[in-house]
Amino acid sequence: MTRHSLNRMTPYMFIAPAALVMILALFYPIAYMVWGSFRDWDPSQSLSETEFVGLANYIKLLGDAAFHESFRVTLVFAFTVVSVEMVLGVGLALLLDRNIRGMSVLRTLFILPMMIAPVVVGLVWRYMFHATYGTFNRFLESIGLPRVDWLGQNPLLSVIIADTWQWTPFIFILSLAALQSLPRSALEAARIDGATAWQQIWFIKLPLMMPVLIVTMLLRLIDAFKVLEVILVLTGGGPGLSTEILALRIARTAREFRELGEAAAMSNYLLMLLMLLTLGMFAFTRWQDARAQRLRPAAEEEE
Amino acid sequence: MPEIRLERLVKRYGDVEVLHGIDLQLADNEFTVLVGPSGCGKSTTLRMIAGLEDVSEGEIWVDGRPVSHLEPKDRDLAMVFQDYALYPHMNVAQNISFALRLARRSRAEIDAKVREVAEMVGLTDFLHRKPGALSGGQRQRVATARALAKDSAIFLFDEPLSNLDAKLRGQMRAELALMSQSVQKNMIYVTHDQIEAMTLADRIVVMHGGYIQQQGTPRDLFERPVNKFVAGFLGMPPMNFLAGDIEVVGDDVFVAGAAFRIRLSDARAAAARKHSSRAVTLGIRPSDLKYDPDAEAGSALKLNVEVSEYVGAQSVLLCRCGPERATVELSSETPMALGATLTFAVNPDRVHLFNRGTEVAL
Repeated sequence: MTRHSLNRMTPYMFIAPAALVMILALFYPIAYMVWGSFRDWDPSQSLSETEFVGLANYIKLLGDAAFHESFRVTLVFAFTVVSVEMVLGVGLALLLDRNIRGMSVLRTLFILPMMIAPVVVGLVWRYMFHATYGTFNRFLESIGLPRVDWLGQNPLLSVIIADTWQWTPFIFILSLAALQSLPRSALEAARIDGATAWQQIWFIKLPLMMPVLIVTMLLRLIDAFKVLEVILVLTGGGPGLSTEILALRIARTAREFRELGEAAAMSNYLLMLLMLLTLGMFAFTRWQDARAQRLRPAAEEEE
Repeated sequence: MPEIRLERLVKRYGDVEVLHGIDLQLADNEFTVLVGPSGCGKSTTLRMIAGLEDVSEGEIWVDGRPVSHLEPKDRDLAMVFQDYALYPHMNVAQNISFALRLARRSRAEIDAKVREVAEMVGLTDFLHRKPGALSGGQRQRVATARALAKDSAIFLFDEPLSNLDAKLRGQMRAELALMSQSVQKNMIYVTHDQIEAMTLADRIVVMHGGYIQQQGTPRDLFERPVNKFVAGFLGMPPMNFLAGDIEVVGDDVFVAGAAFRIRLSDARAAAARKHSSRAVTLGIRPSDLKYDPDAEAGSALKLNVEVSEYVGAQSVLLCRCGPERATVELSSETPMALGATLTFAVNPDRVHLFNRGTEVAL
């Protein structure tokens, strides 16, 4: 081998270890899961002993009422938390985008929930939601209102509140960063043009933040579809199937019902949904870049 | 059209005072240019008039009404920003009509206004473009059109041409001059470029270090600068400054330096006699130095040419005059060698004298 071709190999040699780890840690399990989803697979069997059943697992899931319910709960949960978090996060960012003494401390406090391990969040909220000893009910009692059976009667609402508490800061910090990178002078121009504070938000700030907000929303949506720990600790998916999101359903199918093939097929449905969202996100950013690229030469030619 | 008056305007950022009591009266329909080096407080003054900066002390009066507590939108003014400050997500027509739409004018009125100002600045073909798809000059035009569409009584410009290249800047400067003649508004224009100031202004206000140095017509300031800063700031190439001492010999008054001795005209001599200290700085504009090998010694400078900058019909010569430096202009056709010593006649009526300590004109 000549020195030249060796030199050309150098970059590949450097990425080889990383590529190997990727193949072992990512592609192998996914391929294993996809392969398993076409088989009737009990956890006591090794994969090679199992029977190939084609798309039977997928087809069975399409008619499975429990899976439908779980899918519905996941959709309701994901879209509700993301909507609420977007409104709260962006709203907070708009409120806190100013220079007041102590603002940096306040901002740090706001993002604390995000840094707490989800399991801990689940335990903390479980205590606070507790029907008799919980913070919320004690508070309601102290001001003379009736107790609410949070986790028993309003389980989905409860997990939505907990998730909103934990993840609003994520949207808050990204929105704040977007706000602070807006062109200052355009906002000043709007003030001179006669825009009130609301009109500045509505006509200038929000439209200019929109690219960041869309990507933030998609990221959060992808995350919300995969939620597990907080709900597992808070409700365990119950009562009944009321908070059994897909991740929980998959875990139960695999461990309680011992249907590994079906669980794998369910995972693949979720994976497809997330791929779709991710592709949507990439398509959006690509479209943005392409538009910026297209506009630039047009302007330079006329100079 | 309103009369604007700034009364002892002070601006502080924390403990740092950047404007030290600005007093200024701007008459009707006047094109006022605030000019000075960066950090002189000119943009801060403009932004305080606009309401984008708080007034630390003092008051801004518009037609006898104090406005410093008002929001920008309640001050009836339009502004063109240095970076144009266009709304990137709106097309040109939407940018221009934003203020009108906020004011809930009728659709027909807005359309008519947009067409009118777009016509004025030559943007009719670009109304549906977004700012990202416009060149620098076009963006500048959109910013101007947006301000024009507002029909405000006061028109503020914050270095509107400094982001353009030299050629375009000259062209836009001429367009602005033309526009200011046809639009009857009170215009306040901030720039660091003394050529823009000289060509556009009815009145120039020279600022330096948070103080107004001098105000008046461009000709006033050019011919009778009150101090060395104003003298050196206006005019291109800048004025030459040479250290000298006043010598009274009978009826004649001379300024003598290391390598020159110049007899003053009667008017200048009278001022120099009254001056208490002998130490002065002599100021002579390059345009008041004429190449003349036969000039008599009492009204001539002998300059040793170090560098010649050919700029076409004229060359700019950077010379040595004893220990100091001086700049002169010379027709490029005049035969001249680097290192040669040339004699330049001084116009004695056009020399300036400054107190060397205080730098105030005598």
